[in-house]
Amino acid sequence: MGKRVGMEVSIAAAEAVKQANVDVISAYPITPQTHIVEHLAELVANGELDAEFVPVESEHSALSVCVGSEAAGARSFTCTSSQGLALMSEITYIASGLRLPIVMMLANRALSAPLSIWNDHSDVMSIRDCGWIQIFTENGQEVYDHVFYAYRLAEDRDVLFPVVVNLDGFILSHVIEPIELLDQEIIDRFLPPYQPLYRLHPDRPVTMGAFALPSIFAETKKANEVALRGSLSKIIETWKALGDLTGRYYKPIETYRAEDAETLLVTMGCFGETASVAVDSLREEGRSVGLMKIRLWRPFPFDAFREVACRAKRLVVIDRAISVGGPGGPVASEVKAAVYGRETRPDVYNFVAGISGRDVAPSDFIKMVDKAEIEIEEGNKEGYEIYGVRE
Amino acid sequence: MTKPESEWTWKELPVGNVVLEPGNASQYRTGDWKSLKPVLDREKCIHCGLCYIFCPDMAYSLNEEGFFISDLYYCKGCGICSKECPTGAITMVEEEQ
Repeated sequence: MGKRVGMEVSIAAAEAVKQANVDVISAYPITPQTHIVEHLAELVANGELDAEFVPVESEHSALSVCVGSEAAGARSFTCTSSQGLALMSEITYIASGLRLPIVMMLANRALSAPLSIWNDHSDVMSIRDCGWIQIFTENGQEVYDHVFYAYRLAEDRDVLFPVVVNLDGFILSHVIEPIELLDQEIIDRFLPPYQPLYRLHPDRPVTMGAFALPSIFAETKKANEVALRGSLSKIIETWKALGDLTGRYYKPIETYRAEDAETLLVTMGCFGETASVAVDSLREEGRSVGLMKIRLWRPFPFDAFREVACRAKRLVVIDRAISVGGPGGPVASEVKAAVYGRETRPDVYNFVAGISGRDVAPSDFIKMVDKAEIEIEEGNKEGYEIYGVRE
Repeated sequence: MTKPESEWTWKELPVGNVVLEPGNASQYRTGDWKSLKPVLDREKCIHCGLCYIFCPDMAYSLNEEGFFISDLYYCKGCGICSKECPTGAITMVEEEQ
């Protein structure tokens, strides 16, 4: 086993990218992702990582470089946040349409306006439907582990999709945590060299990104969607393989004291750790409250979600993004769709909390559970509100 | 392509819709876009080849008699050849006629 060290999560992420032996890194600096690519630039400059570091003029170019390098058969990495992701969003659809196994880390940050550098999930929600595998992490160890995991998964011939690993900006990216760094030989055993299915090479010319007429476009999209949904079994299988090496087993939906809970908090990202403290307090008071943490956002693990959620009486879904003019937060929309039409289904009460990095303490989760339980009791079964706003 | 695009099912598509057969754009019939087609007056033609050079679809080729002739399978009827012809040897006419 490797050594356990205190390390800033961004630095651990960069070390993981080095250990994944990437060939190309292309990125543009943006807070709060900066420390990850700054450290990678240092590693390349110092000769500790044999890779091309391409400092581009925009995030649109950063992902475009990765599309090109990945198409040529090079393991490629990029990293961004917020407006940077918005600028590269055009290319996100191209990467998944071409089935290029790029890995991106996204240090989640609010989208302007007003200008904010702090954390929420509005950035990734803007590319929710772009066809990437989308994973959320809760702590530094998960961030580190999910770099190699993402490459092995993305490059699997049964998958071949780009993967975005989300880590909450500042709240996770800039904290120092104890992280177990794995020995290189363990990573090498887990992550074999990249063997592209197709690549741009003069010996065997292929065309990537050709025009599709209306007569075939729908067929291409169906093939893509079926493949993304079908990757779920590999996603789970690859977590099992990682767990067998590290002892840390991950699941699409993580639960905490959820058995027999009448009320379940539902969170995504590092909210989960704080919410678990709230659950402990509520359990001590004899309250029947548990926690579900969504790790896999796309493809959404409907079956795994329903299996836990439909046993509860009520779900208190905490979103970290707003769907302006929509039915609530984006996670709550998904949750409602997941349980709709089931014979027994929980009521879903939705809070948007912690946007733009505002602290959400265990006491806030308790207040939200209290409020949701009262509101549902009084008949407001589809409630939605932005938590903690001064009236 | 072994069969027209409109007959492919979603299951038959290569991963990422990669095109494995080089040069298959030559099978794409752009000729059915046109309403006007170029007609050459061989008396006026000086064999300069400007029609061949300017054609944006590379539809022109040299025939055995030394004339540049447009392949109507590809010709979109844009009329650039007619505009550029220094002797006015190419006339655009309604395709039906």
